[in-house]
Amino acid sequence: MTEEIEDDEVVKKIMHIIRRAPHGTIYSYEALETVLIMAAYDQDVSMAFIDDGVYTLKKDQDTSELEIKGYMKTFTALDDYDVEKLYVDRQSLEERGLTEDDLIVDVEVLDSAAIGKLMGEQDTIIPN
Amino acid sequence: MINQSPFRAPSIETATRFIQADDAVLLTEDGVYGAQSGQKHSDLIKNAMANNDVYVLGPDVKARGLEGKLLDGIKTVDYEGFVDLVEKHNVNTWL
Repeated sequence: MTEEIEDDEVVKKIMHIIRRAPHGTIYSYEALETVLIMAAYDQDVSMAFIDDGVYTLKKDQDTSELEIKGYMKTFTALDDYDVEKLYVDRQSLEERGLTEDDLIVDVEVLDSAAIGKLMGEQDTIIPN
Repeated sequence: MINQSPFRAPSIETATRFIQADDAVLLTEDGVYGAQSGQKHSDLIKNAMANNDVYVLGPDVKARGLEGKLLDGIKTVDYEGFVDLVEKHNVNTWL
């Protein structure tokens, strides 16, 4: 007997907030892994990069001499998983002397009011 | 909901920047240091209180000896009050 899966499908708006730099801790990497898993379940997943989290998207990161696998390239593949909502906090970017051109993927740079509004629209917000 | 001291992390400063009209702030654990009056970062919570309710978790305040040292207007909740706030709001945790 085939089940009607469609009836049970619930798409939730889930925002992952990245607030830590990429290599000092494993938080940002774990967030990315979680995003990929949730995307596989067709959830409405977004990521917001705030504070040191914006460093996660910095171009030209080369971890070869740390002898750890870099995960920056995965961000460029998010599009293939239909994860297209990447938001970057303008103030965090500017405070760190970075611009959109310094980032490895296309993002939406937004002010805090706009990101705050998006946060209010989520079913779940996952801190990292 | 914020659980970091303002001297240790920018969580209070950043979280309050994204605050919306109906949001409330709950300070727990080391976050309650942010509600202490007369410290370097007191203005962060003072500014948030201008438009939003700010709560501290009572047991965390008591554990840190901060009773009577909080900014005027801070609301103290117990664990039941904590649960009420979580039920009422879309939770956004700032670690």
